[in-house]
Amino acid sequence: MTATHHETHDEPQAVFDATIERGDRIEPRDWMPEGYRKTLVRQIAQHAHSEIIGMQPEGGWITRAPSLRRKAILLAKVQDEAGHGLYLYSAAETLGVSRQELTELLLAGRQKYSSIFNYPTLSYADVGTIGWLVDGAAICNQVPLCRTSYGPYGRAMIRICKEESFHQRQGYELLSTMMRGTDEQRAMVQESVDRFWWPALMMFGPPDADSPNTAQSMAWGVKRNTNDDLRQRFVDMSVPQAEALGVTFPDPELRWNDERGHYDFGTPDWDEFMQVVQGNGPCNAQRIAHRRRAHDDGAWVREAALAFADKQAAAVGEGR
Amino acid sequence: MSHGTPDPNAATGSVYDGLLEHHDVVGDDSAWAFGTDFEDPLAGVDTTVPDGVDAAELAAYCLMLGDDALVMSHRLSEWASNAPDLEEDIALANTALDLLGQARLLLARAAAADPSVVPALPEGSPVPAEDALAFFREAGDFRNVRLAEVPVGDFAHTVVRLLLFSTARLAVLARLRESRDPVLAAIAAKGVKELTYHRDHAGRWFLTLAQGTDESRRRLLAALDEVWPLHAELVSAHPTETAVAAAGVGVDPSEVAAEVDVVLEQVLAVSGVDRPEKGALAGVRGRTGRHGLHTEHLSRMLAEMQVVARAHPEGLW
Amino acid sequence: MSELTAEGGHGAVPLKDVPADKGGATTQREWPLYEVFVRGKRGLNHVHVGSLHAADDEMAVRHARDVYTRRNEGVSIWVVRADAITASSPDEKDPLFAPSGDKVYRHPTFYDIPADVPHM
Repeated sequence: MTATHHETHDEPQAVFDATIERGDRIEPRDWMPEGYRKTLVRQIAQHAHSEIIGMQPEGGWITRAPSLRRKAILLAKVQDEAGHGLYLYSAAETLGVSRQELTELLLAGRQKYSSIFNYPTLSYADVGTIGWLVDGAAICNQVPLCRTSYGPYGRAMIRICKEESFHQRQGYELLSTMMRGTDEQRAMVQESVDRFWWPALMMFGPPDADSPNTAQSMAWGVKRNTNDDLRQRFVDMSVPQAEALGVTFPDPELRWNDERGHYDFGTPDWDEFMQVVQGNGPCNAQRIAHRRRAHDDGAWVREAALAFADKQAAAVGEGR
Repeated sequence: MSHGTPDPNAATGSVYDGLLEHHDVVGDDSAWAFGTDFEDPLAGVDTTVPDGVDAAELAAYCLMLGDDALVMSHRLSEWASNAPDLEEDIALANTALDLLGQARLLLARAAAADPSVVPALPEGSPVPAEDALAFFREAGDFRNVRLAEVPVGDFAHTVVRLLLFSTARLAVLARLRESRDPVLAAIAAKGVKELTYHRDHAGRWFLTLAQGTDESRRRLLAALDEVWPLHAELVSAHPTETAVAAAGVGVDPSEVAAEVDVVLEQVLAVSGVDRPEKGALAGVRGRTGRHGLHTEHLSRMLAEMQVVARAHPEGLW
Repeated sequence: MSELTAEGGHGAVPLKDVPADKGGATTQREWPLYEVFVRGKRGLNHVHVGSLHAADDEMAVRHARDVYTRRNEGVSIWVVRADAITASSPDEKDPLFAPSGDKVYRHPTFYDIPADVPHM
């Protein structure tokens, strides 16, 4: 941050650096380094894509929800995810990339989304587990972003975090209701937690030692906590919740460490993680195919609306 | 909604403090948990059947209106993650949620009026009446019109179906606000606002697709042709409807047929679309959806809808 | 191990070598961008709440109700096409000699595509 010592504060780089230094927000019309803009676009885009792809694993259970109340809750949740994607694409658009552009990059496999959504949902308990663990992990990731240095992103995140906390609560509430039900339901919950625990831990990314881009992103205030910090926070938060629920996590190494004041835990299978990241996950192809079909099937509708708008505008023009 | 849940955000609470003061989100928290804010849809409501009203007829009538909403909502919910754009995904989900909310109230009203309509479940089952009705009846016990149950089709199909459905239902519910059953009257009053929005949304898309591109017009006309035969059932009276209308509790849908026709004629005219010439889809010996005589599609739809609930007849959700 | 970011959503996603722009035209024309302003209740100002895409003004209002107010009654909504807004914000440190009134964002949608160009 040597730039802040420059005398010529009108120099764009210096103004930018000083704004970051003050903990102030960068707004769309500000000058910004190209690297900063691109980092933001990449990060916001993957988040937006994750929200949209993330509609699928849970959305598949809307038509099978076991009670009308659960059906309403799940439908509202999946709808929120569409909203989150929409807010985030809007934030990315302030940086000069359109939603259509980003969608095409996603469908071409050139931009990614979170690997967690490449795992299948196999029982209704998964709806609860995704809310509790996956959205819980997402909240750990996302809450710090409400203070991210880029204004439009931070504002989108405030709205999103508020809704995510509802999502996590509904997930936990579903699981705790099921745990008060039948033996079969309790077994269903445990089986689901067993499947999602490790993928949830992997959501925080590889150990810090293997994440070389973290330093620059943290200096820019785009990223605010390290992968390992966030993972530890998530484990510490989840263990008492699991105890209250009456389920266990599938990790023999999980135990409280008095000295550290944190839980110790085992190592996720990073080979599996890289397999999924590289496109070999159980559902990678299915998720993208679904998205592509929806986008392609909608093309004639979007075109029709534009053509209609053009005709209306022309008619108004003639009427003048 | 959960009370004993450990606060997952305790470690990062300071950020949430700011969220609570955030003013740009309109309304309160319940606004976005749309239609999910109650456990018992009729909690605290006096469900006494008014004097001189046949409870069994009232219940049968509520099932008809409730099943229409439930099945239509189910089909609309299939658009989640499949709509032409994010904005429309959200709009269709809102519509599905509105109808699901109406269905819950109506099924609960049916069960409260005449508990004998609720399927029997194992002793001690915690499944509430609305869910027993939704998830443990056979297709032949459903009383919805067939228009609600046919598969989802393309976007034009949904637009046409929603236009026909919401126009007729709006006309019925507008009159139902005067029902002698205060519960039904209240449900209708809530539904009228929602259906006005659904009808306008569908009408606007009908016009857009009709006047948009050649492709959209072709698809719209094909959808209209396909759906139109199902329209007559929406504005024909089943004997139950005639009876509850006579008792001042319900509405005879054949009495709103002309009113519905005026609205549809307007939409067709402004869109430059001719009224289809296809006749009504026949029943079987006069029996249609209202009698429990359905298309082949309903039982498949229910097989999916009911699969989890039926696997756990004593399940707590 | 390739570079991954943990923040910014639902988990670690590789960002190394990921393009931030498509570089080249998109294959479809997009609905224009609208800015949405909402007055939560009488006596308050309309406040900017976000953006959305819609084919025209009427659809923009409908979408705004669905997306930003969940059809909360008694709420007043304004929508305006983003490319119709002229902005001045000296606080945001425009480069020296930039015009004082300018567009709000770096939106790609500001580049007008003639209606007769197919699939833009």
